Amino acid sequence: MTAITTPLPALPRRVSPGATVRQTLTLAWRSLVQIKHNPWELLDLSIQPIMFLLLFTYVFGGAISGSTGDYLQFALPGLLVQNALFYTLSTAIGLNTDITKGVFDRLRSLPIARTAPLAGRIIADTFKQVWAFALLVGFGMVLGFRISTGVAGLLGALALLVIVALAMSWMSVLIGLKASSPEKVQMIAFSVMMPLTFTSSALVSPDTFPGWLRAWSDVNPVTHLSDAIRGLLIGGEVAGSAMISLLWSAGFVVVFAPLAIRVFRSRV
Amino acid sequence: MRYAIEAEGLVKRYGETKALDGVDLVVPPGRLLGVLGPNGAGKTTAVRILATLLVPDSGRASVLGFDVGRQSHQVRSLIGLTGQYAAVDEMLTGVENLVMIGRLLGLSRRESREQAMSLLERFDLAAAGGRAAKTFSGGMRRRLDLAASLVGRPQVLFLDEPTTGLDPRSRTELWGVVRGLMADGVTVLLTTQYLEEADQLADDIVVFDHGKVIASGTSDELKATTGGQVLEVRPLEAHQLELVGKVVAELVADRPETSGGKVTVAVHDPTVMPAIVRRLDDLGIVASELALRKSSLDEVFLALTGHRAEEPAKAEEEIFS
Repeated sequence: MTAITTPLPALPRRVSPGATVRQTLTLAWRSLVQIKHNPWELLDLSIQPIMFLLLFTYVFGGAISGSTGDYLQFALPGLLVQNALFYTLSTAIGLNTDITKGVFDRLRSLPIARTAPLAGRIIADTFKQVWAFALLVGFGMVLGFRISTGVAGLLGALALLVIVALAMSWMSVLIGLKASSPEKVQMIAFSVMMPLTFTSSALVSPDTFPGWLRAWSDVNPVTHLSDAIRGLLIGGEVAGSAMISLLWSAGFVVVFAPLAIRVFRSRV
Repeated sequence: MRYAIEAEGLVKRYGETKALDGVDLVVPPGRLLGVLGPNGAGKTTAVRILATLLVPDSGRASVLGFDVGRQSHQVRSLIGLTGQYAAVDEMLTGVENLVMIGRLLGLSRRESREQAMSLLERFDLAAAGGRAAKTFSGGMRRRLDLAASLVGRPQVLFLDEPTTGLDPRSRTELWGVVRGLMADGVTVLLTTQYLEEADQLADDIVVFDHGKVIASGTSDELKATTGGQVLEVRPLEAHQLELVGKVVAELVADRPETSGGKVTVAVHDPTVMPAIVRRLDDLGIVASELALRKSSLDEVFLALTGHRAEEPAKAEEEIFS
């Protein structure tokens, strides 16, 4: 149809590793700069745990544990777990919002590394996990929560939650790419995560559960994670439940990473 | 002479439906091609393929000589894209949105900021630049979106229905911006379902319908090839409308259309005009309106496709959603 007479301009054929890192960090900045505008935005998903923290501690705490202080000691680690699990879905919500708003396409039309939008978002969400963890622990301590294992235990708990959250972010990416709207993602979050945490040892001791529920609670991964975090913060058994949590995380990666990558590739 | 945008035999299927059914198009450097067609004609699919967002099932396309499939990275560094939705991050401010793009394209912090400021100035958004984009009106978002696609100083710009859902004033403003870009020598491919928009902006027009190019040429060429001219007669007495229709039908080969109190028909021979005047005079019909004019693109579209290019009535509601 046409003869190309002018030589093509010399343009880079692909993104250099250095540029990939810069672009990833720029996109992480993009997700984090919102904190500057609205520091409490991070509590959107944490309103529930904080509400539970207050309600459970002051309304049921005495009845469940004999005193509100004892219940707070027991429940805060579980609420940290619940919050972290809910928060993994913020990756899905953010990604899905980008897709439905067209921002995802805009980024894809730029000469940047294909992985940068995803990696940038996950880095930012990990940072937000840490921030939300700090807020909730801080809030708990104001109410009277005491860490009995020291800084090492606190950092250990944070590290374990971050590892589990990163593993789960593969599922989150898959949901974000597949869901038809951010509201759907929110719905999935509540209808799956809520029963999962309630039927675990996160908020109450499963000792009083009926047998069948007890059986489920014993295999519920949230139970193991809650026990591990509780052990890391206020003392008690850690190794076994932490190991099981890490195995669950590995399982999540094995199942969801290939699926998420396949869907992501087909879109990119 | 090489083309800035070139596509040959593009086909894209979604299940049973063919979104594109063998589309060819070329745009010479510095020209604006208007892709005109109703909803679902395949305009957006074509843009997405040319902007490297979608891989066609068959056919090939290139931008400034770079293949959109094999050399997509180079293509991306030469193009700007403004889609149907204002693709801006609502949580970020106007400035931050543009700085983000600048940083992604490898500009320094200072350069990105300067670039952002000058673009905001140019698009009349300077005063709102520090506000979150979610507080912007529909027209402001579109302008910010367009500004974002210009951060990389693209040589080829894809504008996919850039004014859909905008109020007439914002639309006219955006047209002004596009004309300014043309003056800078940017090649533009603009899709639209507004005939007036294509008429106003496009050097060349291709008409899409059902995934195919059904006509192409300049606005004047299209008007000349199909409709010729249009005759309109409006009787003073409304009850004579039917009679006027009969008179016109007798004298003109085409079937006249009667609506809105007047008779409209495409004519190819201007000499029918005096014949119609005489006939109406004989019958004692007084015309309150009698005109022979060039056919509009709307009529061209009707003649080509057998249906009107719909003016999206619900579009106005989308502005603030």
